[in-house]
Amino acid sequence: MQASGAAARAEATLAPVRGSLVKEREFPTELDVVGQEPRIGAFICHCGINIGGYVDVPQVVEYVKTLPNVAFAEENLYTCSQDTQEIIKAMIKEHNLNRVVVASCTPRTHEPLFQQTVREAGLNPYLFEMANIRDQCSWVHMNEKEAATEKAKDLVRMAVAKARLLTPLKELAVGVTNRALVIGGGIAGMTAAIELASQGFECFLIERQGELGGNSRRVHETLEKGNVQELLENTIQRVEESKLIHVFTNAKTKEIDGFVGNFKTTIESNGQEHTLEHGVIIVASGGEEYEPTEYQYGKHERVLTQLELEQQLATDSLQADNLNSIVMIQCVGSRNEEKPYCSRICCSQAVKNALKIKEKNPKAKVYILYRDMRTYGFREDFYREAKAKGVIFIRYDEDHEPQVRTKKGKFEVEVLDLILNKKIVLNPDFLVLSVGIVPQSEREELAKMLKVPLNEDGFFLEAHVKLRPVEFATEGVFVCGLAHSPKPLSENISQAQAAAAKAAVLLSKDSVVSGGYVAEIDKEKCKGCGLCVQACYFGAISSNEELGVSEVNPVLCKGCGNCAAICPSGACQIAGFRDEQILSQVEAYI
Amino acid sequence: MMDNTQEQDFEPRILGFLCNWCCYAGADLAGVSRFQYPPNMRVIRVMCSAKVDPIYVMKALLSGVDGVFIGGCHIGDCHYIRGNFYARRRATMIKKVLEILGLEPERFRLEWVSASEGAIFAEVMKDFTQKIKGLGPSPLRKEIKSGQGSK
Repeated sequence: MQASGAAARAEATLAPVRGSLVKEREFPTELDVVGQEPRIGAFICHCGINIGGYVDVPQVVEYVKTLPNVAFAEENLYTCSQDTQEIIKAMIKEHNLNRVVVASCTPRTHEPLFQQTVREAGLNPYLFEMANIRDQCSWVHMNEKEAATEKAKDLVRMAVAKARLLTPLKELAVGVTNRALVIGGGIAGMTAAIELASQGFECFLIERQGELGGNSRRVHETLEKGNVQELLENTIQRVEESKLIHVFTNAKTKEIDGFVGNFKTTIESNGQEHTLEHGVIIVASGGEEYEPTEYQYGKHERVLTQLELEQQLATDSLQADNLNSIVMIQCVGSRNEEKPYCSRICCSQAVKNALKIKEKNPKAKVYILYRDMRTYGFREDFYREAKAKGVIFIRYDEDHEPQVRTKKGKFEVEVLDLILNKKIVLNPDFLVLSVGIVPQSEREELAKMLKVPLNEDGFFLEAHVKLRPVEFATEGVFVCGLAHSPKPLSENISQAQAAAAKAAVLLSKDSVVSGGYVAEIDKEKCKGCGLCVQACYFGAISSNEELGVSEVNPVLCKGCGNCAAICPSGACQIAGFRDEQILSQVEAYI
Repeated sequence: MMDNTQEQDFEPRILGFLCNWCCYAGADLAGVSRFQYPPNMRVIRVMCSAKVDPIYVMKALLSGVDGVFIGGCHIGDCHYIRGNFYARRRATMIKKVLEILGLEPERFRLEWVSASEGAIFAEVMKDFTQKIKGLGPSPLRKEIKSGQGSK
């Protein structure tokens, strides 16, 4: 995440020269091979001795020549070498080849190379097939030349069988609206918008409340003594001054339509309806402080949350000088069956406020009742500082939660100290509850509109926790801030920058291109059962109720094939992996 | 199922569907690492184990292929997020159908092999080939055309 965030800052610096060194590749016009008999050219590679030393390549070539529709076959020392690429192109022209099979290494590394060669000779790159006779043949059957050669023959025969049925495939390009929509005007949302604007992209920033800032409005200082209100003011100023960021407050999202590069969102803001067109969406809808029901919160004015304590310390309505003692209880409403997750910041928050109190009144007794102190990383230094300044940390466990009673308006906090194994009774003036962060109350509606998932704790679920932490599986939608997970301000800012970086990649393109291997639905065969719609994780298939069929959006389709396998009528096929193509490979083996 | 010494000499003919992102890559890694395994399987590459229509498996088995293998990503790691869950369900169904038809369900195998598990892929190949050898040639085996496939 930090890496992507850093990339965002670098992208901003390079924005003015974006694309200036890009040269467009020139290809000859693609030949029309529709209706022609397949004329397959087969190139069998020795790969030095990697294949040639363990498979009888000349024998394979002679065998391939006997196969129907093979118009040309030869062996090469290294099929991937530059001079062999020229030979392939020459042979395509000389023998009017309209399909090419290469038997060599793995398509996972070399398919793109040969596809480009074929394209340079004027053939559609999808008229190409490979047989893996090295990584999955010569290299793993090094002591069985006869068997390895037979296997190579079979694999080439199967590749030729499929090649006969290959058809040219198109890569569809759809234009990209290079504007962004950022949902949420807290620090994360504003940071993402500012990053995108600094790269030259226009942004719509929508905020459901009347003013920008979100949760940060209630935070004064970070544990590291960073001035949050100043940061907030600066951020809002940058947003308001930016010509590229259009802010809508009191905004409610009514509808989100479209797909990556082509979204259309309808919002209502301050009584007016707006339809916004944009290419990407960044979800920064935030989180909320958990409102506790525990420990008489709401019923007693001296029971506070950490945020409320921070506020009272800042305005000194707490009168810290007169404070005798204060007890903080960690993990209130967190790490239990209902909310099993840890909110990451509450221990730091408690230490922050404890240090603040000690600063104002070193004699005040501060007790922190904790289950685990999660002041991670460099925050550990502040934990040590708090201990050194006399803050008393008492460990409790979830089976023996602190009990709080009020006697004559005074608090009586009873806790089992696990180290002394004795019950301790404290009489603080104030009781402070460290509560966690919960998902924003309107997230479900938003998730539905965006067609993105929530995890079991109600936060937005990213595509991959390590490899894609700010993206959704649905392309073009990104997430950052508390909407994704509880974390401190600095991490939310990093994540927002990362989301902007990823979004900018899309926005900097003129078009999104769908791959050639996409699902296609034959309207004649489709009966509109909708199984494919359900099977698609990427939202690429939708029901057309008017026609009674399902339809694929090739830009969103990833080509996995689940829809094709689930289709009861065979209407849904994956181009390049059609049933008849795969079955031809099966039959070539049987 | 045949019960004589003939089956000890028989070389199983196995068809495998490997998913591009995990199992096919794992098989490539086995090659790069030079892990040796029996040469009995022919691979058809698919993008996801979810692409494998049970018809492909049935066609192969009913035509006399001795064993069919599907290789995909580990549960939770599918490149297309949840394709392998569907593959798993289809595999269960295929086994049931084979049982009903009276063909040994062990002739069909679904295995999760990640892109880094080259050694495991080689072991699975050895194991599956061995198991199919033990089961003997498919009762549906036809005469193998000359110049085609292993003996």
